[in-house]
Amino acid sequence: MKYNLKVWRQKNSKSEGKLVDYTIDSINPDMSFLEMLDVLNDNLVRKGEDPIAFDHDCREGICGMCSLHISGRAHGPQHAATTCQLYMRSFKDGGTIYIEPWRAKSFPVIKDLVTDRSAFDRIIAAGGFVSVNTGQAQDANNLPIEQAHAEKAMDAAACIGCGACVAACPNSAAMLFVSAKISQLALLPQGGPERNIRAINMVNQMDAEGFGNCTNIGACEAECPKEIKLTNIARMNREYLLASLINE
Amino acid sequence: MGLTGLFLICFLVVHAGINACMWFNDGGKTFTFYAHFMGTNFIVHFIEAGLFAGLLLHIVDGLLLWKQNRDARPVKYAYSNPGANSTWYSRSMGILGSLLLIFLIIHLKDFWGPNRLNQIMTGEERNTFEMMQEEFSNIFVVILYCCACFALFWHLLHGFQSAFQSLGLNNVKYNKVIEVAGTVFAIVVPFIFALMPISMYFKLVH
Repeated sequence: MKYNLKVWRQKNSKSEGKLVDYTIDSINPDMSFLEMLDVLNDNLVRKGEDPIAFDHDCREGICGMCSLHISGRAHGPQHAATTCQLYMRSFKDGGTIYIEPWRAKSFPVIKDLVTDRSAFDRIIAAGGFVSVNTGQAQDANNLPIEQAHAEKAMDAAACIGCGACVAACPNSAAMLFVSAKISQLALLPQGGPERNIRAINMVNQMDAEGFGNCTNIGACEAECPKEIKLTNIARMNREYLLASLINE
Repeated sequence: MGLTGLFLICFLVVHAGINACMWFNDGGKTFTFYAHFMGTNFIVHFIEAGLFAGLLLHIVDGLLLWKQNRDARPVKYAYSNPGANSTWYSRSMGILGSLLLIFLIIHLKDFWGPNRLNQIMTGEERNTFEMMQEEFSNIFVVILYCCACFALFWHLLHGFQSAFQSLGLNNVKYNKVIEVAGTVFAIVVPFIFALMPISMYFKLVH
């Protein structure tokens, strides 16, 4: 299969970037999107050109490292899949594909398609953990947890922190990510003792990083590779509002 | 945004309810009775000030949101396909709100302004029923009001449900109720408002 690619090339965070045209041929339809980029990079290296920098790691859809805004969609057109799980058969032979990095002030471009997503790390560091003593392994089994809560917490914990929510949101809001991280702990007894201060600190850090605000458009939920639900954002708003009222 | 939005939604109910009295077809007797109460009661005047404050907060909050959200993405996508993952009206609340504000200024200039001015100058209220009859005899005014109702429909279609989500009032058990109520409200209230100038124009109200 043959494709016309328009790839964002940017030397470093200081320089101005632009879309560069490439044509790629003889692509197997069962290749993943990243493998297609590998082939393109191989061609570029052979010609003595600078290969395209892009993030990737496990290539199994679980690490959250790959990104890419592909033809107007975060992680491409396939529903509930990361870029590494996207296959070239999803694209029309001979078609044009736009490849851009995540766009947000809080995710500055480092090079080409690679963005700095450490803002998410700083949000987690602000409170996305349990620091009270929750006992030994057997204590976890002794804690009564309602099945429905455990399921909801697990669904929220499926978030891989890739940043597709920010990329898809017209406001560059990070609330789906932050709400998933707040929810997974708020729903379990181990997260209970610190839930108020956690909600306040994580939301404050999110705002300090310069992410936009949620206006309930729902693009994040539609594009999330792990299908994190908008109900988490409502839970976060509830946690934050209540915590703001009662926290001293 | 959600809190002030719900407050303004409450106002819409009151406004639509009182104006619907025109359909008693008693020469505006019932309508004028309530209009007189709303125009002269001390407590209502107090609430009216609260209404303007709520509206102002809603506008200022909206502008702040718009600015922060715009600043959060300094470099735009060269190619984007927003229709694939969201509805146009959920992304256009600022534009819809601005259209409604322009309409609101015209609407206040048409009715509320001249009436209050007359009250201050002469201490007398104007006959708002006759004002309506006069205003809505112009087809362009009727079309303008209908267009505003259409914008209000889209604004409410997203806004009603969105307000509950923003306030964290979201529960799997009630989500469907909020969704249906929001859609029904967004259709019914603007429809009632749109019927008013239409029925005045076609002399169905007398």
